[in-house]
Amino acid sequence: MEQIVFYILASMIVIFSVLTVTTRKILRAAVYLLTVLLATAGFFFLLNFNFLAAVQLTVYAGGIVVLIIFSIMLTSHVNERLEATGNRKKFFSFVAVLAGALICISTILDYGFKEKSDIEINTSMSKIGTDLLSYGDGGFVLPFEVISILLLAAMIGAIVLAKRETQN
Amino acid sequence: MGFSIYDFSDFINNIHAFLSETFSPVAGNIIGMVIVAACFLGFIALLGLSLVYIERKVCALFQQRLGPMRVGKWGTAQTVADIIKLIFKEPLMTKDSDKFLFNLAPFIVMIAPVMAISLIPFSKGLQAVDFDIGIFYIVAVSSIGVTGILLAGWSSNNKYSLIGAMRSGAQIVSYELSVILSLLTIVVLSGSLQLSVIVESQREGWWIFRGHIPAIIAFIIFIVASTAESNRGPFDMAEAESELTAGFHTEYSGIKFAYFFLAEYVNMFIIAAVGATIFFGGWMPLHIGNIEFFNNAMDLIPPVIWFFMKVSAIIFLLMWFKWTFPRLRIDQMLTLEWKYLLPLNIMNILLMSIVVLTDFHF
Repeated sequence: MEQIVFYILASMIVIFSVLTVTTRKILRAAVYLLTVLLATAGFFFLLNFNFLAAVQLTVYAGGIVVLIIFSIMLTSHVNERLEATGNRKKFFSFVAVLAGALICISTILDYGFKEKSDIEINTSMSKIGTDLLSYGDGGFVLPFEVISILLLAAMIGAIVLAKRETQN
Repeated sequence: MGFSIYDFSDFINNIHAFLSETFSPVAGNIIGMVIVAACFLGFIALLGLSLVYIERKVCALFQQRLGPMRVGKWGTAQTVADIIKLIFKEPLMTKDSDKFLFNLAPFIVMIAPVMAISLIPFSKGLQAVDFDIGIFYIVAVSSIGVTGILLAGWSSNNKYSLIGAMRSGAQIVSYELSVILSLLTIVVLSGSLQLSVIVESQREGWWIFRGHIPAIIAFIIFIVASTAESNRGPFDMAEAESELTAGFHTEYSGIKFAYFFLAEYVNMFIIAAVGATIFFGGWMPLHIGNIEFFNNAMDLIPPVIWFFMKVSAIIFLLMWFKWTFPRLRIDQMLTLEWKYLLPLNIMNILLMSIVVLTDFHF
């Protein structure tokens, strides 16, 4: 049963990833991208990483895709179609894709994945919460604080950029 | 099969055992899922029908009218007639619109509440899924719905739809923050995101009473922000009839329009259900301190009835807002969120943390 769900999700990701880059309408590309991101969240649910799945849904499906759609809505019209890419571009992007795929596949095949069935991974919400704020062994308080400062800086930067300059 | 109205867990377990015995465990699981899905679909359809009728009656009450009275006794069959009308209406399509996205948008809007409803604890043991991330999951799936609204507005090839969608989108994205933060205030108190644990933690008393001042502030912010998030009046600027016709769903007709309509009412139910669960104890009966006979008397009322009583009370409150308050302008709406609700909310969480740390709550 898990395998059936896995194959459904995997084929969804493959099909919609290809559609995302081949479609001529920009907003449709965004919708296909949304489907890919939702399917990825499905993978996390399948692996029992519920927290990560919900983060994937909020950050990507609810945040980034909405941002992309917003910017498309403000800049383009419904009848607009992207120009078809020339053969040169097509050829070089195909080569680039092939090279990337080869590197990935060869790395995955080279790496000896060991089968383990006895490890228990604790993905409960409280464990994640305590680990994120603990400064002991295996604690993540430093990255957490660094990211907080980064986000704060980004937020202030956005406000400064968006703030209208007052006339004298 | 032992059936008790007070505790459904045995009943559900028996059904589960029966299904896996009669069929193979895998097939039993799948059949169980299909049954649950069918139950939810039926429930959502029933919810849509009854809430539309209730909304019209409540509206009539505030405007000193009778409301629908002709079809069926007290007009109870009015919404059924409306649905039949909507099904047989011609699905119109604007020229030069993006047909694929135009047809897809109502479904995306509908997916979000359907995914969220599965986590609502209707009674003891009557909850389809019980993730340990509970509230976070509900918030996460609700954020998908806004994509559908934006797509609907953009693909209609109509400037009113586009502006309506922009306004709705901006409104939903900003008020989402306040909803999350007000819910977090209570999570600080209960110490868990899991909905069943939150309900269980209110056995001694509901959080709105035990958390006193910060909990009440959080509830007010929650109800204001979630009214705005569901695009209902007085925050329905997006679909202000006088200037934007019907906002993002101007070009939709027939059954596709019904989807948007249904999604709005299911969303309202989810808001009420989440509010009831977090602030008012979900299916937990009202308990006051150690007054034995009072608590026992309250326990006699089945939890399902308690749950639906609280949910209806909050739904009535939301409808009351819609038919009483004048509409806000779009800039006033965004000012309210970013300059007042959000800072207030963050300070409220701080206050709540102090209350919890000093054990000041009951």
